[in-house]
Formats: sequence, C-alpha cells, structure tokens
Amino acid sequence: MTIADLTVTGGRGKDGRAEPVSEITLRMGDIVSIVGPTGCGKTTLINDIELFANRNTPSGRRVLINGESAEESCSSDPARNPIALISQHTNFLSDLPVEDFLSIHATVRAHEGGEAIRETLGFANKLTGEPIIRTSAMTELSGGQTRALLIADAVVIGNSPIVLLDEIENAGIHRTRALELLKEYRKIFVFVTHDPRIALLSDYRVVMRNGAMQEVILTGKEEGRVAAELRKMDDLILDFRNRIRLGERLTENVLEEQMKACGYLT
Amino acid sequence: MKLVICAGPPTTGKTTVLKQVTKKLIADGRRLAFLKIDVQYAEEDEIFSSEFSIPARKVYSGELCPDHCNVMVLGDAIEWASKHDAEILLVETAGLCLRCSPYVEGLLGLIVLEATSGMNLPRKIGPMLSLADIAMVTKIDLVSQAEREVFRARIQEAAPDVSIIETNALHGIGIDPLVRRIAQANEIKFPLFLRGNPPVGTCTICVGKKEIGWKQHFGVVRPLEGEIFYQGE
Ligand SMILES: Nc1nc2c(ncn2[C@@H]2O[C@H](COP(=O)(O)OP(=O)(O)OP(=O)(O)O)[C@@H](O)[C@H]2O)c(=O)[nH]1
Ligand SMILES: Nc1ncnc2c1ncn2[C@@H]1O[C@H](COP(=O)(O)OP(=O)(O)O)[C@@H](O)[C@H]1O
Ligand SMILES: [Mg+2]
Ligand SMILES: [Mg+2]
Ligand SMILES: [Zn+2]
Repeated sequence: MTIADLTVTGGRGKDGRAEPVSEITLRMGDIVSIVGPTGCGKTTLINDIELFANRNTPSGRRVLINGESAEESCSSDPARNPIALISQHTNFLSDLPVEDFLSIHATVRAHEGGEAIRETLGFANKLTGEPIIRTSAMTELSGGQTRALLIADAVVIGNSPIVLLDEIENAGIHRTRALELLKEYRKIFVFVTHDPRIALLSDYRVVMRNGAMQEVILTGKEEGRVAAELRKMDDLILDFRNRIRLGERLTENVLEEQMKACGYLT
Repeated sequence: MKLVICAGPPTTGKTTVLKQVTKKLIADGRRLAFLKIDVQYAEEDEIFSSEFSIPARKVYSGELCPDHCNVMVLGDAIEWASKHDAEILLVETAGLCLRCSPYVEGLLGLIVLEATSGMNLPRKIGPMLSLADIAMVTKIDLVSQAEREVFRARIQEAAPDVSIIETNALHGIGIDPLVRRIAQANEIKFPLFLRGNPPVGTCTICVGKKEIGWKQHFGVVRPLEGEIFYQGE
C-alpha cells in the first residue's frame, strides 16, 4: 500500500471535552513532534495512531490512512502494517536470542532473513556504546541497547512508511546519530519528545495538555535560527558527556577551548 | 443460548477480557449469565453480579481437576443460565490443566494469553491453545510492537487455525472483534461433546493411591523410558 498521508481526527481530552485541534493531516516525508508535560497524553496519542483508532479507544479519536479508515488487515497482519512504533519500553521480556528474534520478526514482516538481520544489527550498533552480540539473549540487553535495537528493527525490518518514536532522547543511545540516520529515510516520522533539538528539527509540532491536542506550531524561520544555536550548545554538552564517559578529568582549559570553538568566548 | 468457554493460564486477564465483553454485549441489549470454575478461591461471581447485575455464580472443584469439574457441571450450568433467561453463558475456567482443554464441540472456545509470558509459552500449552477458536493476547501495553508481532507468530506456529486478537484489556482496546465473534457464534445444540480427545487418565493415582513409582500402580501407567501401557486386569 502506498501511503500519501495520515489523518487524526480529534476526540475528547481527559475532561471529556472536544479537542481544540479537530483534525491534523501528516503527509509523506513530514517530521512531526508531539510535545507537552508528562502525563498529558502524548503516548496515548501515538498509541491511538498505531492501533488505527476508530472511536474505539478512550480518546474517541479516529485515524485515517489516505483519507480512509484503515482496513482490519493492517493491524491483524503485521506484513501489511504501515506503522512501526518504538515505545518507551526499555527491556525485552522475550526469552529468545537476538538473532532468532530478528529472524522471526523479519519473516513476520515478509523479509529475507539474513541480510535484514545484519543490517538491523549494523544500524543498532551505530547507536549503542557497547555493541549488541547476535547470540545474546534479548533479556540481557541494556536499556540503551534495547531501544537501539527497537529503532533499527522498526526502520530496517519493519520497513514501515510511518514511524512513531516515544521519547528516544531518554534511551541512552547516540541521539544525534539516530536523528542523522533516520533523516536518510523518507517516511512520516512522529517524535514524542521533550528535547528542543528534536522538536525544532520537526516541520511542525503538536502541543498537548490534559489529554487533548491544543495547537499545531509550524517551525518558522526564526525558530530555525534559534535551533541552530541550540544545536551548538547541545553538542557542547554532549562533548562533555562523552569525556566523562571515557574516564577523562575535566579542566577549565578544555572548557575554555570548547566555548571558543562555539564562538561563545573570544 | 450461546456458550463461550474462556480458558487461559492464571492471571492472564480472562476476567478483565470478559468484563469488557460483558459491558459491550449488555450495551447491545444482550442478556448474559456468568460462571467461574476454580479450585478453592474465586471472586469473579461477585464482580459480575455487582458490576453488571447479571446472574453469576462460581463452583469450587476442590479435590477434582477443575477442568474435569467443568465437564461434570456444565450441563447443569446451561440449565441454570436458561432458567435465568440468559442468551449467552460465559464460563471462565481455572486454566490450570493444559491437557484437558474444556472447549465444547461447535461452540466458541476462547483462550486468553498474555503478551508478557515469554516466547516459548505457545509451544508448551498444547490443546488449550490448539483447540481454541480465538486467542486473545492481553497486556499489549506492556511490550514493544516488535515483541507483540513475534509473539503472534509463535502462537500461529503452534495453532495455525486460531484467530488472534490483541488487546489492552484494561482499556477495552481490541475487544470489538471478539464481541462480533460472540454475537455470530453458534447456539447450543444438545448433545454436547468435549472437543478433542481427553487425556488417558484412569490409574490408581486418580483414586488416591499416593505411593511413588509406576510399579506401585494399576491402570494406564508409564515408566521413564518407554510408552504408556495398561497394567492390571
Ligand atoms: N497492563 C495490563 N494489565 C492487564 C491487562 N489485562 C489484565 N490485566 C491485569 O492482569 C491482572 C490479572 O487479570 P485478571 O483478569 O484477574 O486475570 P484472570 O485470568 O481472570 O486471573 P485468574 O482468574 O485469577 O486466573 C489484573 O491485575 C489485571 O488488571 C492488560 O491488557 N494490560
Ligand atoms: N484523551 C484522553 N482521554 C482519557 N484519558 C487519557 C487521554 N489522554 C491520556 N489519557 C490518560 O492519561 C494518562 C497519561 O497519558 P500518557 O499518554 O501516558 O501521557 P504522556 O505520554 O504524555 O506522559 C494515561 O493513563 C492515559 O490513559
Ligand atoms: Mg509517555
Ligand atoms: Mg479471573
Ligand atoms: Zn485435567
């Protein structure tokens, strides 16, 4: 199935009142963020999308693919499911070795096994510190390795035109590398995020409160300029995070050098 | 009247699924009755009668295998439910015996499994899964989409003909397809028969002889090495 767009029609917030955003359409290639305080319903919104909600979830929302209700086979046959969801889960409960799990999932998603497994592990290992070994048990993976594998699995094995990602910034993975890798694919990406870098990289963002979509904000030219500055600051912090990880001691000298490199000191 | 037998290992979400089903069927104007069979403790009867005001009761199997107990009492239970003018009788089993799956020929058999249970479970539970019509997979909110899809594949491998429905039973998500299947299910037509073949089980352990080792028993016995055979007259 070729996906042109995905529409969410508004339902009710937690107070039972109609959502201020009554309809939003995401087009192929769009990068969208969902923002809002913890507990405001961000995960619920992307779960509604993944379930092809049809007024049958607590929010009463509807999800349309290419303007129509999704066929039941989208959710009952994973090979025809156009959506991959990377949820906030940071551990697997599955008692299988990584390669067996990926091989079954590749079959389920109608793929050739061998190549897809290699590619998935290659992708995942670009995002982790310590590489994932293909023979280790899924349950042995760390939180970061789990999330990295889920992202790689969704993109490579899932090969889905619509990818929903729930707070990948908290995943303990190379977030900026993940964003760079993901941007190479043309898909609808939906990021639930608290991270200004991810939010401003999006074409637009949905602001949520009290279970309801409140507003859609387009990332304008001015925000684009702000984003460029924020990226520099973020890289600076990431650089120091990495030094700590590698066991370095930090010095004022290094701090000064880095600040100069960013143009904050002359 | 229709009969739905709901099996599944302990705490997989049988009651939670049946509550969601009951809510929807009552909203559609259907009259229901509910029976829970368990070994020594159950409170489902109180839940169903207080939450939905439908006729609900429980049976403790005590010394009897709860699924054998089910086969014994089911006839009376259908009579009880029809006296109460029910259109659908929901039976929640204890889900302890995996071998003597309590489904009835021609009538809807439902197994409830949880997505959190590990990938080998579908291979372990035998007839309770392979003889069911529908497998409801609960707790999908607790696992990743990828795991859910692999779990689905493992169920389908063990039971190629079963329909799989995934649900977050706490929020009633994914319940509608099950409700539709119940509404379309066959009506009870006597005589009723157990689906599949019940396990061979006539031995002296069944009647209370406790000594360990097959040499001490009569009836259908088996040694560690070798097949079952009949010992005695
Ligand atoms: N997160 C989550 N929890 C669930 C779901 N379904 C059931 N539960 C929880 O799982 C626990 C057991 O559910 P029950 O419905 O009592 O399970 P049961 O199979 O009837 O249990 P027994 O009759 O005691 O064997 C309860 O705490 C439920 O709230 C689900 O889809 N998601
Ligand atoms: N539209 C809604 N109607 C009813 N309950 C909602 C709605 N949106 C969210 N909730 C409930 O609010 C709680 C928190 O939602 P969640 O999506 O986990 O928030 P977040 O991901 O933003 O932290 C959940 O229990 C969810 O069921
Ligand atoms: Mg969340
Ligand atoms: Mg129960
Ligand atoms: Zn038994």
